[in-house]
Amino acid sequence: MTAKIAYDDVEVGTELPAQDFPVTRATLVQYAGASGDFNPIHWNEKFAKEVGLPDVIAHGMFTMAVAVRVVTDWVGDPGAVAEYGVRFTKPVVVPNDEDGALIEVSATVAAKLDDEERTVRVDLTAKSADQKVLGMSRAVVRLA
Amino acid sequence: MALDQSFVGRTYPPTDPYEVGREKIREFAEAIGDTNPAYIDTEAAKALGHSDVIAPPTFVFAITFKAAGQVVADPQLGLDYSRVVHGDQKFAYRRPVRAGDRLTVTSTIESIRSMAGNEVIDIRGEVHDEAGEHVVTAITKLVARRAEEA
Repeated sequence: MTAKIAYDDVEVGTELPAQDFPVTRATLVQYAGASGDFNPIHWNEKFAKEVGLPDVIAHGMFTMAVAVRVVTDWVGDPGAVAEYGVRFTKPVVVPNDEDGALIEVSATVAAKLDDEERTVRVDLTAKSADQKVLGMSRAVVRLA
Repeated sequence: MALDQSFVGRTYPPTDPYEVGREKIREFAEAIGDTNPAYIDTEAAKALGHSDVIAPPTFVFAITFKAAGQVVADPQLGLDYSRVVHGDQKFAYRRPVRAGDRLTVTSTIESIRSMAGNEVIDIRGEVHDEAGEHVVTAITKLVARRAEEA
């Protein structure tokens, strides 16, 4: 593992570069194929509404996948991620238009866990349409 | 109807090995729009100390969730999958998943709780490679929402 961020250069409160991730219906179809999750709530508007959703929603695991990019892009080596967990609090609703939805992700170093292992805990915030879509979103990362 | 607490601790047989393909990793990385070279370029992955291209952190969910299907579909447990939503997801990595891995998953029911009429079940998936070494643990919390009042 070769993280490009040094443990000694990071403090509690250090902010990671925030990123926005657009998601359209086409994104969801592509993710369904790549992940093997073909639940129709992620591509069939009629079905989604029949089960009580406002519209087609993004796969929770898609949101989880893009959110951690704020961490892996920061640290360089995705293999430096030791732990990652989220709670799915609200769905990301994806309208059937060119813009789709936007997932806005920010992250902060919340704790320096272990000086020997050089691990830090990063707390993530993911929002879409002004709603928090992930809760308890945390990653443990091994730094250089 | 509440799920049977005696299922807590039950472990299901390991899955057949899933072979992690280089092109499957690329396809997944493209689908999440992630251009990190460690996922697609062997030399870039090696420069980071990996023996081959590695998979994005959440890639392994496709394998562990399929394995969790044994639990979800267990007729004795009687989970109503039409009411199930994904509550939480956690991963703890010993090392990243990489191309060429042959991974098996052993699923265990970690806990069953009833909360406000919802059934909450935690399934732990232990992922091992061909040598029997632990690679990653996935904890998947599923919530079966309360059935509508008749």
